[in-house]
Order: sequence, then structure tokens, then C-alpha cells
Amino acid sequence: MGQIELKGVTKRFGDVEVIPPLDLQINEGEFVVFVGPSGCGKSTLLRLIAGLEDTTGGRIEIDGKDATDLRPAQRRLAMVFQSYALYPHMSVRKNIAFPLKMAKLSQAEIDKKVEGAAKVLNLSSYLDRRPGQLSGGQRQRVAIGRAIVREPAAFLFDEPLSNLDAALRVNMRLEISELHNSLKTTMIYVTHDQVEAMTMADKIVVLQAGRIEQVGTPLELYRTPKNRFVAGFIGSPKMNFIGGTEAQKHGAHEIGIRPEHITVGTSGDWQGRVTVSEHLGSDTYLHVQTDHGIINVRSAGNVDVHHGDTVWLTPETANIHKFDANGSAV
Amino acid sequence: MARTVTTQRKVIVTAIAWTIAIAIFFPILWTFLTSFKTEADAIATPPKFLFFNWTTENYTTVQGRSNYFLHFWNSVIISVGSTVAALIIAIPAAWSMAFVPGKRTKDILMWMLSTKMMPAVGVLVPIYLLFRDTGLLDTRTGLVIVLTLMNLPIVVWMLYTYFKEIPGEILEAARMDGANLTREIIYVLTPMAVPGIASTLLLNIILAWNEAFWTLNLTASKSAPLTQFIASYSSPEGLFYAKLSAASMMAIAPIIVLGWFSQKQLVRGLTFGAVK
Amino acid sequence: MATQASRAAGRLMISPAVILLFLWMIVPLGMTIWFSFLRYNLLIPGGETFAGFENYHYFFTDPNFWPALWNTLTLVLGVLLITTVGGILLALLLDQPMFGQGIVRVLVIAPFFVMPTVSALVWKNMFMNPVNGLFAWIARTLGFAPFDFLSAAPLFSIILIVAWQWLPFATLILLTALQSLDSEQLEAAEMDGAGPVSRFFYIMLPHLARAATVVILIQTIFLLSVFAEILVTTNGGPGNASTNLTYLVYSQSLLQYDVGLGSAGGIVAVILANIVAIFLMRMIGKNLET
Repeated sequence: MGQIELKGVTKRFGDVEVIPPLDLQINEGEFVVFVGPSGCGKSTLLRLIAGLEDTTGGRIEIDGKDATDLRPAQRRLAMVFQSYALYPHMSVRKNIAFPLKMAKLSQAEIDKKVEGAAKVLNLSSYLDRRPGQLSGGQRQRVAIGRAIVREPAAFLFDEPLSNLDAALRVNMRLEISELHNSLKTTMIYVTHDQVEAMTMADKIVVLQAGRIEQVGTPLELYRTPKNRFVAGFIGSPKMNFIGGTEAQKHGAHEIGIRPEHITVGTSGDWQGRVTVSEHLGSDTYLHVQTDHGIINVRSAGNVDVHHGDTVWLTPETANIHKFDANGSAV
Repeated sequence: MARTVTTQRKVIVTAIAWTIAIAIFFPILWTFLTSFKTEADAIATPPKFLFFNWTTENYTTVQGRSNYFLHFWNSVIISVGSTVAALIIAIPAAWSMAFVPGKRTKDILMWMLSTKMMPAVGVLVPIYLLFRDTGLLDTRTGLVIVLTLMNLPIVVWMLYTYFKEIPGEILEAARMDGANLTREIIYVLTPMAVPGIASTLLLNIILAWNEAFWTLNLTASKSAPLTQFIASYSSPEGLFYAKLSAASMMAIAPIIVLGWFSQKQLVRGLTFGAVK
Repeated sequence: MATQASRAAGRLMISPAVILLFLWMIVPLGMTIWFSFLRYNLLIPGGETFAGFENYHYFFTDPNFWPALWNTLTLVLGVLLITTVGGILLALLLDQPMFGQGIVRVLVIAPFFVMPTVSALVWKNMFMNPVNGLFAWIARTLGFAPFDFLSAAPLFSIILIVAWQWLPFATLILLTALQSLDSEQLEAAEMDGAGPVSRFFYIMLPHLARAATVVILIQTIFLLSVFAEILVTTNGGPGNASTNLTYLVYSQSLLQYDVGLGSAGGIVAVILANIVAIFLMRMIGKNLET
């Protein structure tokens, strides 16, 4: 259970087409991440699947059945919101129990499920607190608890980690991944952070202006981006793009090379001056001013160059991405 | 942040503030004191502030003369009744405006407020005649109807500003959790909005309690609330200061006590949600 | 944004309020307009005949009309001036650290809870009365002749009474607004070299603009139809010295039983209020956005 299929789904707000007709297949048990810059329509798409927005056209099928006109509650989906959307006037216990109460389960059954969820999520000692007395990470877990007790066909996450600080975000990312491994339920996860997408997803859907740019596993997207947008969006630091004569040498309109695929040396293809050097110990990030513009380089270990030094850069030929005038990969 | 304030400065500020506060409060204090005087002490020259024969006979006289409790009860029913009725109509309306706003929501809200701008006197004659012909004149039902409609725009506006502060995601979460509209309002929205609803309720009760245009024009005796009861002391009994004071205290004490006890909610309510 | 279903629910839920208010507005107003074109006196039953604009003509040429209009505006503006300026000063004072701030606030709020009939009667008899009033005693003690407030300066006296009732309201709203001012803003201004006076004019006053708008809006609504205070203290007199439009229409329709004339007056009051309303709504529209 937990297969979702979108067929020609369209959404218009007045005259503005936010999502042009879109097809997408989400398989049972998959962890799918919708990623894209803000305003790309990823949250709208998630809300369409949830039933919190009407589609303007097309069909949404859940487990083979048409769900396009079902109310949110009838779709057997659970959602974790960006703000967690916990009920502030209810204790943690009541928050988690709320969907069960709405489904009119018996009190004994409700108690059993709430205790179970609390145990999985390490919330047992907080059950009688109010959301206001919890830390950000604990609130997040309550929101997830409220979602899992329903045993839904799929989980929907709407940028759930964006309100947490960096350290906590890494932890919660792991917890959600572990949760997926143990529950094996379909999850759809929306984020603008490509690191979250790369680390968590089985399948990434890259969106821009409501259109799907590419669908694939994280490594597929990293290795063979279909176009300039995906190439630039996936990977950190971002891919360097070089046009003009240098690109023509490789028979392309523009070429792209990831910072980690450039070697620094005392001789090489491109000469440049280091403007900023960031020494992280494990890696060194260099910003180098060359004739082809600023080029970012990422070298493993510590490279002993500093602001003002002159360096030579050599791209790994096998890892050069070529694009035509339309931005498509060649 | 907190800067040390010299004690001297604090004492001066305290003295000024207390002087002004007591001056503003003085008419009420004076009425309170006078209500326990004999009529002779009440008009004594020079005025007696604390050293007079304290007596409660004015209160018994007033009750004996004009059946205070009837009017008190009328005031309670009219103010509470109209407030509850207005809330029942306004909560769904405010929900709608706050959570499913359309293009015209702002206009509807402004229009509602503008009906409040319509001077009561503009519709006094027809309301008076309608009430006369339908037998609503001098009835509590009639006044409840009028005051409900009169305060409805303000109630809607206040609730709207409170509801708007509640994140829509929480209601969506309830919807995902399987709550239908009624349950969403009863289990999630209303409990979250309790402080706002309480403020609205209190302020509206006070406004209705003190409303003195419709209550004076549409009632005569049997359904007259305290505003009318006091107006009857206008003359010539108004010259009997002690009795006038006792009657006045009886009319305002309930609301002053209510107001003081619920000060925090009230201040919130008084700002009509427009000032945080 | 939401689904069709919830939008439909939204329309359904808002309709009772809209329909009721619409009826409340349109039915009586329609009747008032109709009556205003009739010769209609409650003392002459069945004598209604069409009168055209006769009632309006009588109303505008009534020697009481222009004074009443003038009195209405003076009353509204006078009270607004006293309460906003006084409210800002009081709010600034109450915002300072002091002993017993809670009690001071309770004392200052109290007049707002006093019903208009009570405050009018108390002020009229116990303070402003030229023989037994407290003011008269103070005047005599200081060696002056007592001032007969309600006969010599009726409108001014009423403005005082009404301002006393509304000052707490203005103070409270402005105080709340003042307390919501981010103290870092003031500290930043201080670092930038702004003294207390410039801080007040450049930081506090603009911050108070929104609250002041609310004060003016709400008070205007209530002040345009001040009634009980006049009824209880002066009955609009002496002569027409303290008659406002509300009181004028009341006296024509319910004291002189001239429904036609009273209705015409009511319509004039409505039109006037609408002019003020349009002006005010513009102001709020500007200040209450966001």
C-alpha cells in the first residue's frame, strides 16, 4: 500500500498556472524528495496530493483508486507541517491521539497506539506536557508521532526541518531516514535543501516553475544531470559553468565542472589568483579568479594556498558536463 | 536592557501618576462615599470626606423605591444574551474570513464596520414603529435583538483579528487528521482562540451593559435595564445626592468589579486586537 | 488558499452574519427614507400623505439644524483632541517605572466601565451643580463665584464628561502600543544621538500612529451618536446650545411625534456619518494594512 500516481495534474491560481500538466509515479515504500528553489511549486504539489488544494485538472490516484475529489481525511495520508502545526492547547498525548479520536477508535486502542508511538520516538516521558514546553526537536517528533499512529498509506513532509538549528537538523534527518527504514511506508518529502534531498531520497524530483526537470536517484542526478538547471542545483559547492571559447574547445555551448573535479597545481589549463581560501581541515575551498570568471575548487585535505597566491587549475576531462544553447545536456 | 532608575525619579513619577490616577478615579470614589452618607452629610459644606455617619439606608431606600433587582436582572439578560447571540453568529463568520479569505473578504469586513458607522438615530423611527407594531417595545427580547445586531460588526472584527493569528497549518493538520469542519471548529479553533473569545465576550458585555441609546428609547419600565433605572433619577430625585449615589453605585458596581477582575483579557479586548 | 469544499463552507458560514447585518441596515434605512418623504405625525393617525422634499426643507431650515451640526462636530473633535493628546501623555507617564503601577492602571481604567447615564448624573449633580456641587465649593473656597457649568457652558461641560469616559480607553490602547515598542529601537536611536524629545517624535509617535488610528476610529463611531449624556444633563439646552444631531432627531420624532421630519433628519445624519466614515475608512485602510 502507498502507491501514488499523478496523471496530468494541473493547478492554476486564477490566470497563473503554477503547475502545468504533470505526470509522476511514486512507488510503494519509496522515499521521494521534491526539491527546487522557493516558489517552484513543490509545496503546492504536496498540498494537491494531500487534498488541501483542489487540482485544476488531471487525476491523482492512490493505490490505483481515484482520489482526486476525496477530502484530505479520506486519502489515508498523514502530513508533517513546516511549523509542526501541533495543537497548543492539547498535551503531547492528546496531540498524538487526535487523529485516532477523530477516527473514533476505542480509548484502549488509542492508549496502546499512543504509547507505542511515544516509545519509538523517545517521547514517553513528555506525554503529559504541552507543545509549548518542548524543544524544537521534540515538537518535530510529536508531529511525526501524530502522523505515524494513523498508519497511513504515505507520509507527506513539508520542509519539516527548516525551523531547526543546523546540528538538530542533521540528527532529525537521520531519525527520519531510520523511521523510513523501519516502517517502509511511502514518504514524500519537500525541501529546498539539496543536501537533505541527496542524503535521504530513494528518488529525487527536481522541480522548477512547476515543471519536473528530472527524476532519478541522487547519484543519477549528480552524475548525469539532464540539463544546466539540475546540474547547478544538485551538488555543493555548486558546479562551475564556463562558456565562450573554452566551451567550444569541448564542442559545447557551455561546459560545467564540479569544484571537486578540479585539481590545483603549479601548472595546468587555467591560471588564476586565489581571492578567498577556506580551510576546513578535511577539505579546502578555493575561490579563484581566472580568465573564465570565478571558479570554485574543492580539494580534499589541506592545500596550502592563500589569498593572493597564483595557482593553476586542471579539470578532470571525464567529469566535464556539456550543455547546448538550450541548457540541455549533450 | 533594564536600566537602573534612580529611586528619586521613581518616587517623583509615582507621585505624579498617583495624583492623576486618583483625580481620574475621584468621581467614582466620591459617588461611593456619598452613597453611605445621610442626605444632610451629602450636601454639607465643607464636604465631608471620611468622617460622617456611615449608613446603608440609601441602598435599602433605592431598592424599595424602584426594584433594583428587576433592572439588574434585565441588564444581565440583555447584555449576556446579546453577547452570546452575537458570538454564535460571529464565530463562523470570522472563521470564514480568517481561513478561507476570498477577494472580497476585506470589503465585507469594511462594509460590516461601516454599518456600525450608521448613526442609530437614522433608524430610530422605523425600529420604534416596528417594535411597537410587533409588541417588542419594552421587552427584553427586543433589546437583545437590537444589541446583538448593533455589536455584531465589532464582535466579528475582533474575532477575525484573533483568528488570523492562529496559523492555518494547524487547522489543515486537523483536516488531515480526519476532523470535519464542525470538529475542526469545536476541538481545535475554539480552544485555541479562548483568550480572544473571552476578551471579545467581556468587552461586548460591558458595551451592551452601558448602551444608552436603544435601552433608553425602546424600554419604559418592565424590561428597563439599569441605564433606564438611573435615568429615572435625573430629576427631581437627582437632588438627593446620597440616594442618587447609592443607585449609581448599584448600577456600575457589577461591571466595575467584572472589569477589574478580568483586566488582562479586557485590555486585550479593548485594543480590538488591532494593537499587539 | 484552500479547496472548493472549504470555500463553499466559508461562504455558508459567513452568510448568517452578512444577511442579518444587511437586513438590519437595509430594512430600517429603507423605511426611514420612505417616511422622510411623508407627512407623518404619530398624533394624527392615518394622515400620512406624500410630502416630497418638504421634510428635508423643514429640517434644513429648522433654526436648530446648523447649531446641531456644529455642536456634533465640536463634540466629536473636542473629545477626540482631549482624549488622544491626554491619552498619549498619560500613556507615556504610565509607561515609566513606578510604585503600584497595577493599582494606578486599575484606577485609570475605571471610568470606562461607568454607564453614560450614571456619569452624566454624577457630574451634573455632584460636581457641576452651582449650589451643592464640589466645583462650586472649590470656587467659593478660593474666593470665586461658582460657575454654572451646564447653563453657562453646556457643550463644554458635556465634552468634559464624555472625555472623562473615553480617556481611559485612549490611554490603555496607546499604553499597550507603547509597551510593544521594541526597546532596541530606542536604544539604537539613543546610540545615534537622539535625545528624549527626538526619540519621542521620531520613534515613539510614528509607532503610536496605528494605535491612535484605532482610538480615533472607535471613538468617532461612538461620539457621533452621543445621546444619554445630553438627555440626562441638559436636554439639549439651554435653547439648542447642547443639541447634537442625534438629540435633534430624537426630539423631533419621539418628543414631537413628527415621524416624517425625524426621518428626514435621520437620513441627513446617516449621510453625514457616511462622509465621516469614508474619510475614516481611507485613513484606516492606510494604517491598518499589513
